[in-house]
Parts: sequence; C-alpha cells; structure tokens
Amino acid sequence: MIPLTYYLVLSAILFTMGALGVLIRRNALVIFMSVELMLNAANLAFVAFARQYNAFSGQLFVFFVMTVAAAEVAVGLALIVAIFRVKHNIDVDQMSSLKG
Amino acid sequence: MDFTLLLFFLLAATAVATALGLLLSRNAVYAALFLVLNFATVAVFYLLLGAPFVAMTQVTVYAGAIMVLFLFVIMLLGAEKLPKGEALPWQRPLAIGAAVILFAEAVYLLVQRVRLTAALPDPGTWENSMESLRQMAGMLFTDYLLPFEVTSLLLLVAMIGAIVLTKGERAVRS
Repeated sequence: MIPLTYYLVLSAILFTMGALGVLIRRNALVIFMSVELMLNAANLAFVAFARQYNAFSGQLFVFFVMTVAAAEVAVGLALIVAIFRVKHNIDVDQMSSLKG
Repeated sequence: MDFTLLLFFLLAATAVATALGLLLSRNAVYAALFLVLNFATVAVFYLLLGAPFVAMTQVTVYAGAIMVLFLFVIMLLGAEKLPKGEALPWQRPLAIGAAVILFAEAVYLLVQRVRLTAALPDPGTWENSMESLRQMAGMLFTDYLLPFEVTSLLLLVAMIGAIVLTKGERAVRS
C-alpha cells in the first residue's frame, strides 16, 4: 500500500535530524541520543528494504545494529560518567584538553 | 486516501515532531522522553512493515533498556538542566547548511537511484506467524552465525570496558 520511497524519505529525514543534533547540540548526552536517532533511521530503511525484497537479511541486520548500539551506549555513558567526575560538566566545548 | 496511508502520515508526523523535540528541548530528561516516543513510533512502522519481532525488540531493547540507561545517567549526574552556553556564531547556520546538503544527497541516492515507486506488498498473516519467526531464527543461526558470535564478543568487551572505565576513575580519586 505504502511505496518504499515514503519510508526511505522518512528515514532520510530522521537521519538528517540526528546529524543536525550531533552538529548543533553541545551536551554530550544529547549528542549521544542524536546518534541513536541516526542508527534508528538506518534500521527503518533496513526493514523497509527487507519488506520490499521479502528477505530476512534486512531484519537480521537490524538486530546487529541494535547490539552495536547497546554496546556503544554502555561504553559511551561510562565515558561520560568518568568525564563528569573530573570536570563536573559534560559540555563538549569543555573537553578541549587531551590530558584530563 | 486509504487508512494505511493516513496512518503512515500520522506516524511520520509524530516521528518528525519528536525528533524536533529532541533537537530543541533544553532539558535532557525531556529530550530522552521525546526519543522514547520516537522509538515507539518507529516500532509501529516495523509492525506496518510486517516485522513484529523487530518491533518488539525495538520496544524492549531500545525504548526500554537503552533509554532507561540514558535516564539513569542523566539522573545520576544531575545534568538535566542544559545551560544555554555561547555557541560559535557561525556554527548553527553552517550545521543547518550541511544538514540540508546531507538530506539532498540522501534523497537523491535513495529515491532517484533506487527507482522503486511500486507500493510495498502488505504484510499478510504469514509475516506475523510463528513460522516466519522460526525461519528468521534458522537464518540467524546458520547464515549469520559468525556475526552472531562476534556480537557476543562485542558485548563482552563493552561490558568490561564500561566496568573498567567507571572503576578506574574511582581508584584515582581515593
């Protein structure tokens, strides 16, 4: 019923908004959430293509992307907590020195 | 306009609006809750596309586990209020320009090059049956066995990394 193009354009819109969030926000947590939005947009395109070609591979790749996202969030949030303990701030502008 | 198309546009509007809320909200907790709503909307898209298992995983893993972790860290750090902060004056227009270019490129690649204008086949009862789930699981454990095993290694490394990162900092402080 719904053309594949609609899903792809929606996926492109969500991906662009995630990229925009990474570029304009300065809070490390919100930047992380924007990265999640981008991964999610890619997943939507994967599932739409899986529907189009009637193949399970697209859906299986979504599981792998979810696993990578979970691992990335675990390590990334640990990094943010570690940085917060030193700097008492998670503004990315403050993270300008290589040695804490 | 049939019901499915109407549902699609309603959900698409919700997804874009919640993404905008994530971009614009000045409170990190609100941003996280907007993202939860966005994930829930995308889960309904997965149901429309005949991928019920992916939809349920989306709700439990993404909207459940990952976003709870986010909210937990926001509360732990007490970082929910985001300061205004002076941005570089040229950064925002440049970012918006770059985003417009990215969107144009993505639409060109996905729509012009793919050239699929035919409507997607509606998912029937087969896609929502246990038999289809069984076939997908069979594929995961045969064709995609190596990526699956690598995934377990990745999760182990991430777990150890998270523990070491937070533990090492405490040792330095004391």
